[in-house]
Amino acid sequence: MGGNGDILLKVEHLRMRFGGLVAIDDVSFEARQGDITALIGPNGAGKTTVFNCITGFYKPSGGRLGLRHGAATAWDGLETLTDNGKRSLARADGALYLLERMPDYLVTQQARVARTFQNIRLFPGMTVLENLLVAQHNRLMLASGYTLLGVLGFPSYAKAERAAIENARQWLDRVGLLARADDPAGDLPYGAQRRLEIARAMCTEPVLLCLDEPAAGLNPRESAELNALLLSIRDAHGISILLIEHDMSVVMEISDHVVVLDYGVKIADGAPDAVRNDEKVIAAYLGVADEDVEKVEAEVGL
Amino acid sequence: MANGPQSRTVDVARALRDAGLTALIAFGLFLPLIGFQTVQDVSNTLILRTRWPLLVSVVAVIAIARFLYALLVVPRLKERALKPAAAPAPWRAAVGKWFVPFAIGFVVVYPVIVVFASGLGGAVKWIDNFGIQILIYIMLGWGLNIVVGLAGLLDLGYVAFYAVGSYSYALLAKAFGLSFWILLPLAGCLASFWGILLGFPVLRLRGDYLAIVTLAFGEIVRLVLINFVDLTNGYAGITSIPRPTFFGIPFNADDDGFAAVFHLEFSPIYRTIFLYYVILALALLTACVTVRLRRLPVGRAWEALREDEIACRSLGINTTNTKLTAFAMGAMFAGFAGSFFAARQGFISPDSFTFLESASILSIVVLGGMGSQIGVAIAAIVMIGGTEIMRELDFLKQIFGQTFDPTQYRMLLFGFAMVLIMIWRPRGLISTRTPSVFLKERKVISSDLVGQGHG
Repeated sequence: MGGNGDILLKVEHLRMRFGGLVAIDDVSFEARQGDITALIGPNGAGKTTVFNCITGFYKPSGGRLGLRHGAATAWDGLETLTDNGKRSLARADGALYLLERMPDYLVTQQARVARTFQNIRLFPGMTVLENLLVAQHNRLMLASGYTLLGVLGFPSYAKAERAAIENARQWLDRVGLLARADDPAGDLPYGAQRRLEIARAMCTEPVLLCLDEPAAGLNPRESAELNALLLSIRDAHGISILLIEHDMSVVMEISDHVVVLDYGVKIADGAPDAVRNDEKVIAAYLGVADEDVEKVEAEVGL
Repeated sequence: MANGPQSRTVDVARALRDAGLTALIAFGLFLPLIGFQTVQDVSNTLILRTRWPLLVSVVAVIAIARFLYALLVVPRLKERALKPAAAPAPWRAAVGKWFVPFAIGFVVVYPVIVVFASGLGGAVKWIDNFGIQILIYIMLGWGLNIVVGLAGLLDLGYVAFYAVGSYSYALLAKAFGLSFWILLPLAGCLASFWGILLGFPVLRLRGDYLAIVTLAFGEIVRLVLINFVDLTNGYAGITSIPRPTFFGIPFNADDDGFAAVFHLEFSPIYRTIFLYYVILALALLTACVTVRLRRLPVGRAWEALREDEIACRSLGINTTNTKLTAFAMGAMFAGFAGSFFAARQGFISPDSFTFLESASILSIVVLGGMGSQIGVAIAAIVMIGGTEIMRELDFLKQIFGQTFDPTQYRMLLFGFAMVLIMIWRPRGLISTRTPSVFLKERKVISSDLVGQGHG
């Protein structure tokens, strides 16, 4: 189990409205450094909407999404940052970011939150290696002098590219795709595409990795491999993971902390075992009112 | 086969039936189109005339062609479909490896070959109409290839940047007397500035909407050129634009002209050859820069943008800037080509920058295969060279009579070529993608996987 570190991501009173539909209503939770936090809930509970808010793809209708780099004391600046209306606050002991104020690409580039998608979004016509190099775009862009030095053939870019390829090679080795580095990503089997998407997100060097249903469509062996990969990412790199998952074998086995949503409202929050036995959670998953849970459980023989 | 003769008769019967059906369709189609003709008689009334012999002969030609196709071609196609696909022959790999150096070598020595083959006088036409003209379009094709082929943004108004480059050179050269070599980069900068200007409003648009707005932008630029008479002289265009000099030595018959300085007999060919090498250098510059860009993060970001824009944003790529650089880069090369065009012609008018021009550049890119530089070059040679070749087909006049002008059938043949290409190679002549980087071996990527962009 990951140590219960300091708070990395603070979601406060998050609210997202699409016209008259309230997709998320006043959701607050925290993700801790070095933890795997799982976000679960029945279909349509608003999990992916929370993700899209955190990663900047949606602009929340209300609430605050704070992210910290550096020491835990950096949180002291949160109110200052909120009041001064800026996107981020650099401090001697770290930095703070308000994700709801940032456009999607800056969330990855500056706040270093990476994500994957529920329906895999690779670059199918590019090779596996190229996919991982695109993920290191910002670093390489800097090394190529915003293209100018690169076009003129300065050696600094060639060096940076070699380092990027080496980094990509290590990640390919980690996810077991080294042999297929030069194949187009669209040619990979489904499970390999999932692993590649995770490797690609990791190549952006995130502090928080958001995975949207990483185990969807995987067979039991593949999802066991996925568990091992996620645990190794957490332990070896100290990276925090936020994941949406339906596969309970994944959720219960690897997560340190589970947040349950239903109809856009948080109904439970705690350690996996506590959540598993929570009346409200069971009721939400069975799709019945709280008081009918026992009756239904008796009917299905639980 | 044992039942050879029998299957042969079956084939003939089927071919006959096929031909009969085709003849029936052709008859139905051409009866109103060819069979009847309305003419005005002396009293100015319309009378209906029939042209049975012409109709019958057209239908007969179609029926016979279909019969032969069904009898001879179809069995062969079937046979080929049954055979397993053969591995690509080794000579193909060798050709692929040596094609580019050979082609570059050929275009470098092309003027020399032509001068030896047809003498100083006859060579002007071959270098100018075939060499320079084709190279301008190759360069434009490569420039547009960045926007359409790499970044996947459909641009129907590309000729606007070509016009900006041309008019920048023409106006600045006439007003301030600046030389070609100073104005060439300046024209490129101005064109890319307009590229960014166009880029900003259309960033949110995709697909058909983007195409329509870029089309409108091209028309706006052309209409401004027509109506801003004080600056551009409207329809009449700009005449006597200064011609480029050979490092300060003009190409004329004066005592300090090129021919006199180098003790040669005066001939217009020297300027033509000089211009040929200038556009060749510009085209090669375009190609080299594009090849380089593909290996740089910005080039990979363009291709990633074409594949999946949302994934790009999730990786921290600023898609706004990426699109703008694609527009600016494509526009810059069009600006270079435009200023060269103005310097070569000595005269420009809005007529040179119509939508048809954008459409032919785009069709060169599409026919060549989006993203493929060799494909685009081949398509430009075929399309532009083909048009020029038609001017040379004088012998056709002996067959079809003196009033026959083969260039009038240009668009018909264009359309025909396009239909054929779209049947045989729907993704263009060279549809595979070559990866920009590899770990162990460079494998070409089939076109099924490569995205075409959403606009």
